[in-house]
Amino acid sequence: MLEGKKVLVTGASRGIGREIALELARLGADVAVNYAGSEAKANEVVDQIKALGREAMAIQCDVANSESVAEMVKATIEQFGRLDILVNNAGITRDNLLMRMKESEWDDVINTNLKGVFLCTKAVTRQMMKQRSGRIINIASIVGVSGNAGQANYVAAKAGVIGLTKTSAKELAPRGITVNAIAPGFISTDMTDELTEEIQQAMLQQIPLARFGDPKDIASVAAFLASDASRYMTGQTLHVDGGMVM
Amino acid sequence: MADVLERVTKIVVDRLNVEESEVKLEASFKEDLGADSLDVVELVMELEDEFDMEISDDDAEKIVTVGDAVNYIQSVL
Repeated sequence: MLEGKKVLVTGASRGIGREIALELARLGADVAVNYAGSEAKANEVVDQIKALGREAMAIQCDVANSESVAEMVKATIEQFGRLDILVNNAGITRDNLLMRMKESEWDDVINTNLKGVFLCTKAVTRQMMKQRSGRIINIASIVGVSGNAGQANYVAAKAGVIGLTKTSAKELAPRGITVNAIAPGFISTDMTDELTEEIQQAMLQQIPLARFGDPKDIASVAAFLASDASRYMTGQTLHVDGGMVM
Repeated sequence: MADVLERVTKIVVDRLNVEESEVKLEASFKEDLGADSLDVVELVMELEDEFDMEISDDDAEKIVTVGDAVNYIQSVL
């Protein structure tokens, strides 16, 4: 389905990003695996992709830093010769109640989760415009649609990603580039394992499909957005949340 | 000079689908040659490739006419 496609996935050493990188590789893509700090885990993902017979490389880069982002994209294109798909997945949380949230907690989350998407999108656009084709998939969050107590920074960033998705979709559509977002619900990852048992149980009550999601549930939708099957879609945000927000 | 103008003209003709006679130094890409903002961005990208140079976003924003592009390229070459 994605034979020969060249992909860059940010935040791909763990969680949802890791699963997306592996799924796209299973479908035939070569993948650049970006990570910020988890080098060993990124190398594991690279080894797994190579075991599938696909090309892969790990690239360290803080997506909030425009110079490193430009270097990462340059290195990816040098290695692969082109770039067909960008998955903006890198994200962090610094949860706190609004009243107690530090300015630094706000800034860190906005810089990585929102500015990072802007910087990576801007950096790949040149190559994709030249190719007259490209797919950009942004990983937002269902809380960017619904809001969530204790996550003002994260929610603002993710709502921002949804708006950025729509605008980049409009700007890039004439050049054959589609931009769509996925809004995952409660997906079991390192990020959600940090939540207390009590919060996890409360979340479960709100999920009509009555289970937490698995990173694979997101990866399969990312594969759809990366594939030709979604060619007539752009600017959309797909809720993959077990029915939490309708 | 002639060489730069010639190469710029060729790219403008190809990219914007205009007649060579329309590509005058004073012609504005947007006003006279029917380019939209994205066309201008792409045009600048092609000029960068053609002349093997990098044009910063700040400089690119100042390129409004064919003459601006030619002058900029000559100042850097």
